[in-house]
Amino acid sequence: MLRYTLLRLLGAIPTLLLVIVLAFLMVHAAPGGPFDSERALPPEVAEDIEKHYRLDEPLPQQLLRYMSGLLQGDLGPSYRYRDYTVSELIASGFPLSLQIGALAMGLALIVGVGAGTLAAQRKNTLVDRIVMGFAMTGISIPVFVVAPVLVLLVAVKLHWLPAGWSGSPGFAKYVLPVITLALPQIAYIARLTRASMIDVLSRDYIRTAYAQGLGTKAIIRVHALKPAMLPVLSYMGPAVAAVLTGSVVIEEVFGIPGLGQFFVRGALNRDYTLVLGIVIFYATLIVLLNLIVDILYGVIDPRVRQR
Amino acid sequence: MLTAMKVIRIIGFAALLGLVVILANCGGDEPDTQGSVLNIGLITEPESLDAHKARSIQAADVLRDIGEGLLSYSPTGELVPGAAASWQVSEDGLRYTFKIRENARWSNGDAVTASHFAFGFERLVNPETAAFYAGFLADIKNVEAPDEQTLLISLERPTPYLLSLLTHPATFPMHPGSLAEHGDDFARPGKLLSNGAYVLDDWVPGSVITLRRNEQYWNNSATAIDEVRHHLLTQEMTQLARYRAGEIDITGSVPPDSFQQVKEELGEQLHVAPYLGVYYYGFNLTKPPFKDNPRLRQALSMAIDRDLLVQKVTGRGELPAYSWVPPGVENYQPTLLSYAPMTQQERNAVARQLYKEAGYSDENPLKFELRYNTSDSQRRVAVAVQAMWKDVLGAEATLINEEFQVLIANVRKRELTQVFRSSWIGDYNDAHTFLSVLQQDSPANQPAYASKEFDSLMSLAADQVDLDRRRLYLEEAERLLLADHAVIPIYFYVSKHLVSPRIDGWGDNVLDYHYSQHLSLKAAE
Repeated sequence: MLRYTLLRLLGAIPTLLLVIVLAFLMVHAAPGGPFDSERALPPEVAEDIEKHYRLDEPLPQQLLRYMSGLLQGDLGPSYRYRDYTVSELIASGFPLSLQIGALAMGLALIVGVGAGTLAAQRKNTLVDRIVMGFAMTGISIPVFVVAPVLVLLVAVKLHWLPAGWSGSPGFAKYVLPVITLALPQIAYIARLTRASMIDVLSRDYIRTAYAQGLGTKAIIRVHALKPAMLPVLSYMGPAVAAVLTGSVVIEEVFGIPGLGQFFVRGALNRDYTLVLGIVIFYATLIVLLNLIVDILYGVIDPRVRQR
Repeated sequence: MLTAMKVIRIIGFAALLGLVVILANCGGDEPDTQGSVLNIGLITEPESLDAHKARSIQAADVLRDIGEGLLSYSPTGELVPGAAASWQVSEDGLRYTFKIRENARWSNGDAVTASHFAFGFERLVNPETAAFYAGFLADIKNVEAPDEQTLLISLERPTPYLLSLLTHPATFPMHPGSLAEHGDDFARPGKLLSNGAYVLDDWVPGSVITLRRNEQYWNNSATAIDEVRHHLLTQEMTQLARYRAGEIDITGSVPPDSFQQVKEELGEQLHVAPYLGVYYYGFNLTKPPFKDNPRLRQALSMAIDRDLLVQKVTGRGELPAYSWVPPGVENYQPTLLSYAPMTQQERNAVARQLYKEAGYSDENPLKFELRYNTSDSQRRVAVAVQAMWKDVLGAEATLINEEFQVLIANVRKRELTQVFRSSWIGDYNDAHTFLSVLQQDSPANQPAYASKEFDSLMSLAADQVDLDRRRLYLEEAERLLLADHAVIPIYFYVSKHLVSPRIDGWGDNVLDYHYSQHLSLKAAE
């Protein structure tokens, strides 16, 4: 297992290198630069700034300089947030995205698996229809609709929870963003769980278990849940990476200073280093999470390990 | 061998542990509130709070709370003494003597001296600083600080808007000791020294900038509010939601889609006021068909029904623009486009005539591209103008929306671009801030307007001491610019804020400057 993990980690290095080089070329290929605006800079000033940030050097040289900085863990200064470095911005944004993402994923797993199992157990009954109806709605209504509607209803009209982030008290401000973020995940996980649970419940060994006189609850808990979780698990890898690195829409609507917000603004402002820093961070996270999923697969399903 | 239950228990336990840890951390960033708090919505995050690296209007808004220039503005936009208690101007308008207040203090208790201003000016123009506003002081010949309280500024030529410039954060004093100690980090929370009413307490990027009362400020007794939070909310809709929820007291703008509703529901809380900004369409004057073709440019300009546009399309109280310099600028009466007195029908008739004279007709229509930055409100204006051009002239404009940075890059290259959307916001209350944009050597001259006559009028104006004569030259320069139809001014911006009824001391003004130190909170009901 250890050898497998190490090999996988080594295998990730070329992937990451490719991501860095491609991302570097792409952000620099985008028209416009970090210091362009309607209020154009006087040419002398523009030159001074480019010299200061070494943007006047040829691109390959800039790439090499960036890579060597990267090896020392230096992601460079942000061009838009001129008082901050990229590492500082990631360090300030990621914990928030992580908190909200983890809470949302936790909520989604508990509710999603529960609802999916319930629906599978009562296949083609009213309960099943209601659960799947909710799931379908959850998947089809986009977050950018749900979020403002929730804010309007719960915060503006009812004054139950704060509408925004900055300056709002403690835990209350987490509730709306977490729920909004979790809703589509709940829906997706519920559907996956239902389908896979129905498939598992129709297998021979489950029938055998019934024949032995076991109750439905026990059968689901002991025999069915584990194999039924495999599709959910493979969905979780990329989903967790996406959710943890910050949902752009949620962060914009609620004004949460997370990673997603920095990423979008970085791209719009041509903040080369900020965009690159977040891409690299994101890529590393995805590689790691996929690896974790693969290892968990081995734990849950022994057949994977033997291959 | 692990059983299913064990695996699920382990995962569940780990998840639970994670949740507990996260929840424990959640409450940690609760602000400890003491005294009165003002919450302001800022639509753009400052790029820096180093006054020389800052560039956006919103950075200047925050900096005006933190620092103070030689002069300042009253809530209604009149120049008032700031760090300087008084000043004198020599008769030729070339020498200014400022007396710094003896009780002016930095937030660490050090005295604010004349040399701190001189030091700031030097840093501003030093190429190594690479300051956006370095050109602000181009007309200054020499700055001297003969003693701690006296600052002498001598000018190359009379610059009547100098006093207005001296309210701008780029001209605030700098503390040499602080810069020497902290280097480039001097503007960060906990380090930045303030000589204004508030001191920088904290800045969470993407979230909030918190300021607290500067006890050392010379006029601290007049400051009413103890803490100011500038919330960084780039979405107008988010600002509106938070305003309605009572979480911010002042919004930076009002979303176009909700404007009518807000006006009806929140009536008196909505402040709409003229603003020193012009929204325009520019021509690429270096390429056909618009190069050397003022008649065609005039035809396109005349065919736009600006009154209809501001009423039906923009609809937030904007003023139709028949000049380049907005109304409300000091010492100036904007020159109007020659056709301004006509009705739109008359304009359309003349426009058609000019269009024909330029060699176009229904069989041979003018085809060109109009580029604008991707946004709903830009698109609506572009669609309306496109229809007007089609209806009145038969000209066929293709609409192309580009992301903001792409548009700017294209406009600057002057290759692809034919007609483009742009705007200019005044930096100080003087016609010069608008007219100088179209001087040939101005970096902001996007249409590449190049008129020797215009440039020489601007230069003549710059040499005048007498404000009335200077004004005549500037007005003549604008007349020329408008007769050349180098740009199509479309409308003048207005400032749009929602201001909570619990705020006292708010004043509308053309510069849209609102110092937190002038505001107070009404006693809770």
